[in-house]
Amino acid sequence: MNFRFLAIALTISWLAIFVFLPHLLLVNTSLLTPHLEHLAVWPATLDNFQKVFTPLYLSVFLHSLELSAIATIICLLIAYPFAWIVSAHTSSVRAWLLFLLVLPFWTNSLIRTYAIKILLGKNGVVNTIMTGLGLWQEPMQLLYTEFAVIFGLVYLLLPFMVLPIYSSFDKLDPTLLEAGRDLGAHTLQRFARIILPLTMPGIIAGFLIVFLPAMGMFYIADLLGGAKNLLLGNIIKNLFLVARDWPLGSAFSVIMMSIMALMLLVYARVNHYVQRRGGLDDQNL
Amino acid sequence: MTRTSRWFFLMAVFIYLYAPIAILVVNSFNSSKYGHSWKGFTWKWYDKLLDNNALMQAFWHSLTVGLLAASFAAVIGTLMAFSLYRYRFALKKAAGGMLFIVMMSPDIVLAITFLVIFMVLGIQLGFWSLLISHITFCLPFVVIVVYARLNGFDGNLLEAAKDLGAGEARAFFTVVLPLSMPAIVSGWLLSFTLSLDDVIVSSFVTGPSYEILPIRVFSMVKIGVSPEVNALAALMLVVSTILVLIAQLFIRKGKNQ
Repeated sequence: MNFRFLAIALTISWLAIFVFLPHLLLVNTSLLTPHLEHLAVWPATLDNFQKVFTPLYLSVFLHSLELSAIATIICLLIAYPFAWIVSAHTSSVRAWLLFLLVLPFWTNSLIRTYAIKILLGKNGVVNTIMTGLGLWQEPMQLLYTEFAVIFGLVYLLLPFMVLPIYSSFDKLDPTLLEAGRDLGAHTLQRFARIILPLTMPGIIAGFLIVFLPAMGMFYIADLLGGAKNLLLGNIIKNLFLVARDWPLGSAFSVIMMSIMALMLLVYARVNHYVQRRGGLDDQNL
Repeated sequence: MTRTSRWFFLMAVFIYLYAPIAILVVNSFNSSKYGHSWKGFTWKWYDKLLDNNALMQAFWHSLTVGLLAASFAAVIGTLMAFSLYRYRFALKKAAGGMLFIVMMSPDIVLAITFLVIFMVLGIQLGFWSLLISHITFCLPFVVIVVYARLNGFDGNLLEAAKDLGAGEARAFFTVVLPLSMPAIVSGWLLSFTLSLDDVIVSSFVTGPSYEILPIRVFSMVKIGVSPEVNALAALMLVVSTILVLIAQLFIRKGKNQ
């Protein structure tokens, strides 16, 4: 028993038992038959995947995709200029700005979702201000709408979009921009031909770590969405903890994993392309 | 964009991020339960928070899991990073791939994989299931920071230690560990943050024997308003800010030495 053996054994056994095996079991469960008492039993079947595509589940699934997509795009629209501006500061200011960005994480995200609920309520601050200023005649129904879910998703996920984009701005070589300017490219050209392509890995990385997780955040839909604005996470949670249809719940998760694999593939492609064109390394994730 | 409009944009984003929390903090001192208007200053919600045994217990449980998970993740993650950095072994690529999967998988998928494995292994849902799953989802982040640090320092130091007769363990404890301490500390902090922030994984692997904060809070705020949660949020924010500032000082001091 030497140190080397122990370190390697720990690494492999922990990852095998708590990562590899569980994922394998999840895929396996998605192919089994649901059973009320034993949760999932043989024989293997593809029924679960067929059930995913029945109108009832499909409509919730698509609505959830739509909500996440909108939230992700709004995150991107805020995070991109934000990261750009932050990266232009001196390193001590940058450190402070990034610190302020991640500080709210130290309060549990459920508590922050509750904060949004208070903010958007019928008698909440937004309604009080807007009616007080006379902009709205009477309080608007903000809570339990699509708007509230998207607002909450953007609120919780924005930093995850900022950080990878910031990291690709950080690596952007300013001499490339000078070269562009010297060669007569105007601002818009410099943005479209130099900045945007070179920060694309950051954008895609941000997209990856925001889009799919957004679909899983069931507590946002629970607190802010009402019954009509469910996320995929609500379906999965319900299937596992209430309806106890583990195979169908697993099938939904396997589909999520497949979407993620597909997006990673795209990311790898783009990164490869940028590496060839701009000499950057693969460190955005 | 002009300088002013850039600052204006930054301010707007920070207002968006902080306004909801600020409202909670202000309301934690507001006599009015629903916080529609200011009805005068009070400490009563803090008193109620301290009297709310279930909530306080859930808070301590969360803190315990967070501290333990961060510490175990720091230890195991450092050993993992060291193995991946220094040794060649079968399944090395696979180990890296597994860490990548943990980092990239949406929480909800991870939560379910944990639930399934605990069922299969017969581990009761409660303290141990929470601890194991929190350690696991923190691991890749520790490995990344520590590995980057190891990559950054002079490999000859390890060779020198070996030439001077130090075994692998001795070299690890006397050379690698002190040198990668700043990275381990930030990995620990990151893990603690992730653990405290987690809702999704915890909701799946928690059991009635060990209730933690998100579960307790969820049942309190699902229906109505509860000012104790405001008080709790304010306390967490203050404590965490102080902790982070101390950690920053610590890291900066380490860098200067």
